[in-house]
Amino acid sequence: MSKKFLLEHVNVPRIETINVYREKGGYAAVEKALKTMTPDQIIDEVKFSDLRGRGGAGFPTGLKWSFMDRKSDKPRYLVCNADESEPGTFKDRYLMEKLPHLLIEGMIVSSYTLGAKAAYIYIRGEYMYIVRILEKAIEEAYAAGYLGKNILGTDYSLDLYVHPGAGAYICGEETALLESLEGKRGNPRLKPPFPAIAGLYACPTVVNNVESIASVPTIINITADKYNDVGIGKSAGTKLISASGHINKPGVYEIELGLPVEDFIYSDEYCGGIWKGRKLKAVVAGGSSVPILPANLIITTAKGEKRLMTYESMADGGFVSGTMLGSGGFIVMDETTCIVRNLWTFARFYHHESCGQCSPCREGTGWMEKVLHRIEHGHGHMNDIDLLVDVAKKIEGNTICPLGDAAAWPVASAIRHFREEFEYHVKYPEKVKDPKHFEKEPFEREALMVNG
Amino acid sequence: MEEVKFSEGTLALVNKIIRRYPEGKQKSALLPTLHLAQAEFEGWLSVPVMDYVASLLKIKPIEVYEVASFYSMYNLKPVGKCLIEVCQTGPCWLRGSDDIVEHLEKKLKIKNGETTSDGMFTLKTVECLGSCGTAPMLQCGADYHENLTAEKVDRLVEKLRTSDKRSSYMR
Amino acid sequence: MAKVTIDGATIEVPDGTTILNAARQIGGESVPPAMCYYSTLKESGGKCRVCLVKVAQGSTKDPRPMPKLMASCRTPVMDGMVVQSITSPEVLEARKSVVEFLLINHPLDCPICDQAGECDLQNLAYKHGVAKTRYEEERRTFEKIDIGDKIKLHMNRCILCYRCTFVANQLTDNRVHGVLSRGDASEISTYIQKAVDNDFSGNMIDVCPVGALTDKTFRFKSRVWFTNPMDGHRNCPKCSGKVVLWTKGNDVLRVSARTDQYNEVKEFICNECRFEHKNMNDWTIDGPRHIDRDSVIAQNHYERTDLQKLKLEIDRQIEFEKGKQLPEPNPSLTA
Repeated sequence: MSKKFLLEHVNVPRIETINVYREKGGYAAVEKALKTMTPDQIIDEVKFSDLRGRGGAGFPTGLKWSFMDRKSDKPRYLVCNADESEPGTFKDRYLMEKLPHLLIEGMIVSSYTLGAKAAYIYIRGEYMYIVRILEKAIEEAYAAGYLGKNILGTDYSLDLYVHPGAGAYICGEETALLESLEGKRGNPRLKPPFPAIAGLYACPTVVNNVESIASVPTIINITADKYNDVGIGKSAGTKLISASGHINKPGVYEIELGLPVEDFIYSDEYCGGIWKGRKLKAVVAGGSSVPILPANLIITTAKGEKRLMTYESMADGGFVSGTMLGSGGFIVMDETTCIVRNLWTFARFYHHESCGQCSPCREGTGWMEKVLHRIEHGHGHMNDIDLLVDVAKKIEGNTICPLGDAAAWPVASAIRHFREEFEYHVKYPEKVKDPKHFEKEPFEREALMVNG
Repeated sequence: MEEVKFSEGTLALVNKIIRRYPEGKQKSALLPTLHLAQAEFEGWLSVPVMDYVASLLKIKPIEVYEVASFYSMYNLKPVGKCLIEVCQTGPCWLRGSDDIVEHLEKKLKIKNGETTSDGMFTLKTVECLGSCGTAPMLQCGADYHENLTAEKVDRLVEKLRTSDKRSSYMR
Repeated sequence: MAKVTIDGATIEVPDGTTILNAARQIGGESVPPAMCYYSTLKESGGKCRVCLVKVAQGSTKDPRPMPKLMASCRTPVMDGMVVQSITSPEVLEARKSVVEFLLINHPLDCPICDQAGECDLQNLAYKHGVAKTRYEEERRTFEKIDIGDKIKLHMNRCILCYRCTFVANQLTDNRVHGVLSRGDASEISTYIQKAVDNDFSGNMIDVCPVGALTDKTFRFKSRVWFTNPMDGHRNCPKCSGKVVLWTKGNDVLRVSARTDQYNEVKEFICNECRFEHKNMNDWTIDGPRHIDRDSVIAQNHYERTDLQKLKLEIDRQIEFEKGKQLPEPNPSLTA
């Protein structure tokens, strides 16, 4: 069995209550951090642990914390990004639902480190039932003296609140999230200034993903050394992977970074192989935004090495033959999948979710969706394929926030790796009229498929 | 026209929510307050309701319209008593969400986006709800219904039909 | 102070100056175009992406190039920064694509649009656009509406620069219109039928870079290039009273605020000056309005053109079109 830093006690009955959570060693990190460690020591510990942001960008958490303007006389804030909306990603939901106190414990230690007197958990509005779970857990934590005035008799005080969003993927972008938390439209802000200097209410603010914050108590408890014993190089510790699509066992798995992708897909400990005895066709490995890879390239890199679940190995080959670990939203597609249709659903998603501020994203996402819709429904032209590549290229890198890139990458990569399939749609419009076209007759490109 | 006003309990809750944010930053309470308003006033946000929320938070009505129209969970038009939202993004599509939508359209005899003539059901497709591992799925109010099959959908629709409560994210 | 080099020209500007404003101080072809930025409106800019530039060197201290093209209107200069505007093919390509994006859903109804001839989008499209469209899909449409009895809103033409909302926020005490919905469904609207009615609302018309907000008192009266623009003023208790009178014979067809060479109003005017004084006798005439030579309005313009200077400028542009390095601008033309 691999190490479980986050989900070790996930199946313990009533672990969502503070008493059971404490029986299993919960809140030890609060005791240790507040009573025996200075904020600088904790920042160093998190830096040495090599913990990287688990929301998708993979930015070193300790480094992000060190940018916080702690000399400012303005209030400082910690905001937890629980707006999990990246298609294919549902790990934070699982973690908050099952282990609310783990997140709260992480929030307390992190807030103490950053000198925040108030902290917010910004959670997507659709997860309203989890708002209730978190609020109940927060109430328990107040009653037990872990929140509120003079926590555990120290002179540190903290108030923690849950703030629901209301349906907008863009609020997962940290500055859009802050706008939304201020009661505005979720339009991302221009940077600089970065939130660490001027974030919530123009005060120094750190925004961290749920899983990143929930990883902090482990680092405090077992020390950074022990934490980064797990993993490979700069991909340290464990990561929650949300596995979905055509696999036997979809769900949330905690893996040690460094696990071979092949083992993750086929081992019974994780996905348990492709469903219905079918062949693997493609994987979107890090949430819908990252480049799709055909089966052969997700199992082994272009250099012929085993591809591993690490930030570095996933990115091996750049965007030509690699992808990104991203949020860990692992979407698996079997041989009957129509790559064009899957891509169209993603394009529709980004079109729906663009905030509309920047012209390339506002206009380009809708354009790509419409062209893909035409191709998928048998009304495409051959030059539409290059048009899509070109539109994607013109959005990429030219917008305020990364949503433009996130919309462009899936299009560019799907055409890069599956161009024949797009051409097939144009050449045989009659054959793709049935929405389930490849279910009855899989699109054959044997070389790229992998048998279980 | 009836005066738009929160019940005393809700009003107390709104005031409690406002206190979560620093002095003068009461606009931060807008999203949670709109959720409460939608739950209390028939599942949608009419202009008088939004104007009322603006007055509670001491902001301009246009600031409320701008926000309410930005977020997909706020309904700016009346909806059926049960708002059924089926996720249709990639991971759900891979597991058959199209079939679920088609089944619901046949069962309720409406198209996506429409409301049944008795005002009971509104059917709406939505984008990723973070339920990819338990796809296909739908959301009705605060409840997630997951790993759906046609039979499960049938049972759910029958159950909803006899329920006397309006679906709401706040319950 | 910070020293910044833009397309080879170096200038020293106060800290905090944006790349765009530094470029404007240098002047010439390297000045990035701007569709959403407006120097007299706080918070404006950053959205349209047409002013993107390449930062080839971040600063003397940190000489690394910036990884993405930057919005010059909102990026402050750093000491030792090196910027490429028209000398970067990447930048020219990006600007061209932004123009394409801005046009795919634009109705291209210039022949019946009052803004034609003084439209920033039209000028931008001539300069950077391509003659053909690759967009085959249906264009997005909205109903045109009256916002008040003096202003017409053609949402179809809007490029969502947000400038009019900043006018309402910063010049008036009660904003009743804003940006509604999101993504490509976003629209400028009052949501409910409501008049935008206050002393300075008319400035929304002047700041609008396209024909989305037009002056109803001028609609369809004349093409702007058939009018004689004159600078005029009156004693006004509410504003500076300094305006441009768009006249035909003795008729004042339209009154607008005075704009600078970047089409920006420095002194906003009140609605009384704009809408209520269409009589020549109400105004003291200061003289003819200077109109840029390359403006469509210059078609019927009476200022004499120096043909020799014009020839030099045309030669220079032809060289540029051939892909050669742009020769030094003619100082007598840009002065």
